[in-house]
Amino acid sequence: MTGSSAKTFTPPRPKGLPSWAVGYLFIAPAIIGFVAFYLYPAIRGLQISFTDWNLLSDPKFIGFQNYLEVFSDAKFWASFGVTVQYVLWNIPLQTVLSLLLAVAMDRLVSSMAIKGLLILPYLLSSVIVGMIFLWMLDPLLGILIQWLAATPIGKQTFFSSPEQAIPTIAIINIWKHMGFNALLFYAGMQSIPRTVYEAAKIDGASEWTTFWRMTLPLLRPVTVFVMVTSVIGSFQIFDMIAVTTNGGPIDSTRVVVLYIYQNAFSFFRMGYATAMSMVLFAILVFFTLLQTRILRANESDLD
Amino acid sequence: MTSTATVSSPIRRKPPIPIGRVLAFIALALIVLISVFPIWIVLKTALTSNSALFAEAGQLFPSQPTLINFQRVLGFLSQAEAQKAGGSGSSISFFAAMINSAIFTALIVFFQTFFSAMAAYAFARLKFPGRDAIFTMFLIALMIPGIVLFIPNFITIKNLGLLDSMGGMVAPFVLMSPFAVFFLRQFFLSLPRETEEAAFLDGANPFVIFWRITLPMSQGPLVTLAILTAIGSWNEFFWPFLIAKNESTFTLPVALQIFKTQTPQGSPDWTGLMAGTFVAVIPIFILLLVMGRRVVESLQFSGAK
Repeated sequence: MTGSSAKTFTPPRPKGLPSWAVGYLFIAPAIIGFVAFYLYPAIRGLQISFTDWNLLSDPKFIGFQNYLEVFSDAKFWASFGVTVQYVLWNIPLQTVLSLLLAVAMDRLVSSMAIKGLLILPYLLSSVIVGMIFLWMLDPLLGILIQWLAATPIGKQTFFSSPEQAIPTIAIINIWKHMGFNALLFYAGMQSIPRTVYEAAKIDGASEWTTFWRMTLPLLRPVTVFVMVTSVIGSFQIFDMIAVTTNGGPIDSTRVVVLYIYQNAFSFFRMGYATAMSMVLFAILVFFTLLQTRILRANESDLD
Repeated sequence: MTSTATVSSPIRRKPPIPIGRVLAFIALALIVLISVFPIWIVLKTALTSNSALFAEAGQLFPSQPTLINFQRVLGFLSQAEAQKAGGSGSSISFFAAMINSAIFTALIVFFQTFFSAMAAYAFARLKFPGRDAIFTMFLIALMIPGIVLFIPNFITIKNLGLLDSMGGMVAPFVLMSPFAVFFLRQFFLSLPRETEEAAFLDGANPFVIFWRITLPMSQGPLVTLAILTAIGSWNEFFWPFLIAKNESTFTLPVALQIFKTQTPQGSPDWTGLMAGTFVAVIPIFILLLVMGRRVVESLQFSGAK
């Protein structure tokens, strides 16, 4: 896309400066930032991943040894398993609930105030959200625990048991992201022409059929976007776990990024940590391609 | 539109009580309640005195609301007074953290938006060798996960001697963000070129055109971008957590995490922690109150990229 291609208009250059120099002047700050904090670290990270380095002594080149270790490190794959478990708890439920909420918003809500309240959780830092739920689920004083104790369900362990910790964190993150994802679905629904619905109504389709047969297929590009970004985000979960469980109990919530973080900043194994981060990157690229392929990315059935 | 529907339905009758609709309304009301409820618990806890915390744990309202927790975590009480009020002896001042968070956010929002706008303008309007290749590299950078960059960036900042400084905390963010450049370039491409051409004929140079014409015409997207960046920076945790090592540099999320772990008495100082949490939420409230519509639209837009 180059806008109006009929006329090619290049803004003129100030006296004495060649036009290419003007362009470079405009991008100079961004280029410095890009080279220093994106390009260089990406290359440097790759380089570090082939070394054994504790930050204090000089890095020692060890070839592919870190990568071989990643593949045989049971703890890494355990953390990968924990992450996948988290993603499986988080994504399907979150997507379904967001879609339902979006439908409800589409039919019932025009008020900005309601939309504002629904996205409030998304605007809060993961640290804050983690803190709030840690308090509400405090085994002794948490209000939700106290209320649960009064019901037949009884007290639950939530963060403090290996079985419940990951589902708990997943549900908290659903609480945080549901309104925002619903807003994205809702925005997508607004772009579906109302005539489509009217036609369905004339043909006597029920609301349910309309949703399944019209809304959902037409919404596919939004769904792909929401799911791909959610999965990529979920695979990188760190903040909330650092605040709530810090990997415990018994490593049941030690997700990949936390394990990488521990290797880098607690054990000072920079080479190994960067090697793992590269493997995570590769896995994410693979998942993205797979997911867009399966969900047939950008084609909406509207065309 | 209504007329088509009426005509098409064979029998005109009063619609039955729409049970589905009522249920949907109830569900929606419930979700709104669930979205807001935890924030209320934060405020309620922050307003509860430490001595009443145990007795009122299951209550929805504080019996005797007090501001003492805010006073002590913001550093308005002496150490002795704070401890008497039930402080854990933790000395973090959330007031300093709030100032740090405000500076951190303001620096990033202002400089990142401005420098990204300059680059976006060049990518949209100017011609120079390597333009498209450079832009493509920016797009690729959008996909790299944070953790991949954070470790080498940490080493860079450490080598520059910028650990534990505001400079080190904002450095990776102030000069550009690939998303901001991409977002603004798309917008600049959609702007009509006529005004710029007219200015050119009047002898204005690109810097003047950018500053006097393009930027003022782009207020909407710039505000959208600034809102998204402000929320992201205010909430940023990982990077400041790596760089900030003591109270003079802590941002609010970092201060909250450190405050939580400083628990000489075993369990966290919940009333203090919730007062600090509420302080961190206030700007978000203000943002929603003052420009709620803008925020909602910005977030919708962030999905439309």
